[in-house]
Amino acid sequence: MNTDSASPMTQQEQDGETAIELIDVNKWYGDFQALCDVNISIRRGERVVVCGPSGSGKSTMIRCINRLEHHQGGKIIVDGIELTDNIKNIEAVRSEVGMVFQSFNLFPHMRIIDNLTLAPMLVRKMPKADAEALAMQYLERVQIPEQAYKYPGQLSGGQQQRVAIARSLCMQPRVMLFDEPTSALDPEMIKEVLDVMVELADDGMTMVVVTHEMGFAKTVADKMIFMDKGEIVEIAPPEIFFTTPESERTQMFLNQILTH
Amino acid sequence: MTDNSLTDTAGRTAAATSGRRPPPPIERIPVLRWIRENLAQTPFNMLVTVICLVVLFYALPSFVEWGLINATFVAADHTVCREATGACWAVIGEKHRPMFFGIYPYEEHWRLLVAVIIYISAVIITMIPAFWQYRILVPVWLFTLASTLTLMWGGVLGLPEVDNSQWGGLPLTLILFSGTLVIGFPLAIVLALGRRSSMPAVKAVSVVFIESLRGVPLITILFVAVNVFPLFLPQGLDFDKLLRVMVGMAIFFACYQAEVIRGGLQAISRGQYEAAEALGLGYWQTMIRIILPQALRISLPGIVNHIIAAFKNTSFVLIIGLFDMLTATTAVMQDPEWRRFTIEAYLCVGFVYFCFCFALSKYSQLVERWLGEGKKF
Repeated sequence: MNTDSASPMTQQEQDGETAIELIDVNKWYGDFQALCDVNISIRRGERVVVCGPSGSGKSTMIRCINRLEHHQGGKIIVDGIELTDNIKNIEAVRSEVGMVFQSFNLFPHMRIIDNLTLAPMLVRKMPKADAEALAMQYLERVQIPEQAYKYPGQLSGGQQQRVAIARSLCMQPRVMLFDEPTSALDPEMIKEVLDVMVELADDGMTMVVVTHEMGFAKTVADKMIFMDKGEIVEIAPPEIFFTTPESERTQMFLNQILTH
Repeated sequence: MTDNSLTDTAGRTAAATSGRRPPPPIERIPVLRWIRENLAQTPFNMLVTVICLVVLFYALPSFVEWGLINATFVAADHTVCREATGACWAVIGEKHRPMFFGIYPYEEHWRLLVAVIIYISAVIITMIPAFWQYRILVPVWLFTLASTLTLMWGGVLGLPEVDNSQWGGLPLTLILFSGTLVIGFPLAIVLALGRRSSMPAVKAVSVVFIESLRGVPLITILFVAVNVFPLFLPQGLDFDKLLRVMVGMAIFFACYQAEVIRGGLQAISRGQYEAAEALGLGYWQTMIRIILPQALRISLPGIVNHIIAAFKNTSFVLIIGLFDMLTATTAVMQDPEWRRFTIEAYLCVGFVYFCFCFALSKYSQLVERWLGEGKKF
């Protein structure tokens, strides 16, 4: 169990460099080990793409980073703050880390603009007018300002996911997590979402993306992570990852998804 | 970004096709087809239709004859009614004041009438979405509370004081109903959230509270509130009886309503909680802004169901000696001269109950539509 509080010295030293650090992270669902001694270090501004077969623990790993799942062993340090049961630490991390889900998870009873302004107003205590200006700025960035006064149910899947990205950006996070952001989309809508993500990467956002979109990975990733059965099998830059991967399991996986 | 929608795929296709295709044909439904589709879809439906027609054929004429043709609408005294073969609606003209206002002093009835009118006006204002602003509703309800209580209690402004043991009839029904909702609904939400809480103590208290009180008849709760509860209070300390009754009804209402709301809460997907958490929202922020608005909308039909039941449950106060509209009517109809026309009086009271409940149900349908506009969930 992970109950010791964050020791300030070591993290302060790493702060300028490391955005996210996972050290020997373990997690079980009952008897099933979902994460097995996971070690990852992500620098600020780095774009990391995580791939692997389903059930390999990639979603669990990314969800541990903002504590939607608890890890039961090891350490997770985000922005110099260690994630423990301390609710203050968790809230601090969550307000710095944006997350985009596979199923969008927009709030269906609120208009788009209200979806975007809610967290800045409640968590950041931003005045309504400022929050709305910010929201419009990000809606323009994801190219759907004209949808601001509609409800999520009136938008296409691709538009909803772009709104979800804008909603996370409104909290002005330092890290963005994407958990299979295009897996629930029709093929013709995948591109519009990926375009937004590429643009975000070009702006220097620290990103951790779980995806099967290998084209996207090749374009933006600084680092590829391949997971299988809760373990990290391979960490490599994309040039090496896609051409000469070390592990046989990585090769098999790549063969399967690149030739399907 | 310009205001055109060319960048967005779905918008463009919609814009390109609209206006070019002919409108859909207007469908005409012949009478026979309407009958087939609505009254006689299956042999069973046909049978039900026939049975209903037969019942109407036999029941309706005699009811019309009793209630309208042979009825007496105005009568100087009860002897006129006794000679007629039909209904005696004159009894309502004769007895409506004690029916609707109970044992409140006769010459002060106008105060109750004014109070009821103010109250119902306030309710109507509250029902209109255009007025859903704090700066309108707060003053409206402060005024309503102050004016209705002043009118009913009296003791100021030259109005003779009337103790609340003498309150009765329709105002009492409305007071009990409003009190039940105002105390009971927030309690229901707290209990529903408590039962789903991850804190074991909170959860246990909610479960025990709901399950123990839900299993007890309302009459028992009222009896305890009025006769047993004071025994546990220290000497000299006494809560108002009316208030105790109201709290008893509110608790009963809350236990049922909590389970309806819990049903709605369960329908909200895990993703909604996660999205709120990921944005950094706290528990209460998540519940109040994200989860409850959706859960209450989903469970609205069930919620209204229990609200309507709560309105009619106010008549249970009969067993503890309060004269609500129904009890007051029963009491009034003890009058030997008019006794045989009790049915007419009860029909009248039933009609008043119906009007309130029907208005509630119609309004809830409207609300459902407003909340559902543009939203799929």
